[in-house]
Amino acid sequence: MPNFFYQVNFYLFGLIAIGSAIAFVTRRSPVAAALWLVNTMFCLAVLYVMLEAQFIGVIQVLVYAGAIMVVFLFVVMLLNLGEPSEIADIRGKWGKLVAALLGIVLLAQVAALSGKRMPEPFIPGTGYDAQAVRDLGAVGSVAQPLFNEYLLAFELTSILLLVAIVGAVVIGRRRQIDAR
Amino acid sequence: MLAESLALSAVLFSIGAIGVLTRRNAIVIFMCVELMLNAVNLTFVALSKVYGMAGQVFVIFVMTVAAAEAAVGLAIIIAIFRHKQTVNLENINLLKG
Repeated sequence: MPNFFYQVNFYLFGLIAIGSAIAFVTRRSPVAAALWLVNTMFCLAVLYVMLEAQFIGVIQVLVYAGAIMVVFLFVVMLLNLGEPSEIADIRGKWGKLVAALLGIVLLAQVAALSGKRMPEPFIPGTGYDAQAVRDLGAVGSVAQPLFNEYLLAFELTSILLLVAIVGAVVIGRRRQIDAR
Repeated sequence: MLAESLALSAVLFSIGAIGVLTRRNAIVIFMCVELMLNAVNLTFVALSKVYGMAGQVFVIFVMTVAAAEAAVGLAIIIAIFRHKQTVNLENINLLKG
């Protein structure tokens, strides 16, 4: 079993992540919601580092909390949506009912599966990824498979990003017809 | 800690799904989708302990797709806002027929 300090920190950040996520879905104001989501992402970054995925943790902070959430906040600012809308943002009772049912179903699945035999419980410092980090370093252990086995997928991702950039510019720009 | 990671991931995914179903603000719904993607990433990272590094490589791809999705989705939201002056999904029902 992992030591006591590791366990306490794992549970602490897990609970903070859940609490921030609940605060995130219940806030009226989009800005407050976005900041709670950033908090959740930081907690997840901590968990990634504790699971010995240091590079993923860094990327989580840089790309998710740093870039993607800033884009969200930028759009909120651009469209001047910082004020909570006067119409209630939360849906009526049918939406809540469906959401509650879905939540119950998903949690029931978790409960049903939690009794099953799990893969070997891990001790920090063991397992595939810890071994890979020891052999190749935190970045190399991700880069090695990324640039060998998954090279084609990696190149296709660059095409996806190019398409997304062009698409965002084309969709987001003001049309000439509107100006006329 | 593997079981705890998977349970946390499931709980975060459920919270994200509930957010998608209960909110009306399009931007908040987008952020809920991001939360669901994050929950899946946690599963990938936790299972990469047992099944090899492919999980962490896949997390990189998921993040790239999330970034592309955020860029295009927010551009669509801006375009809709320009037409309708709102991002409330109650008022965006052109496909209802």
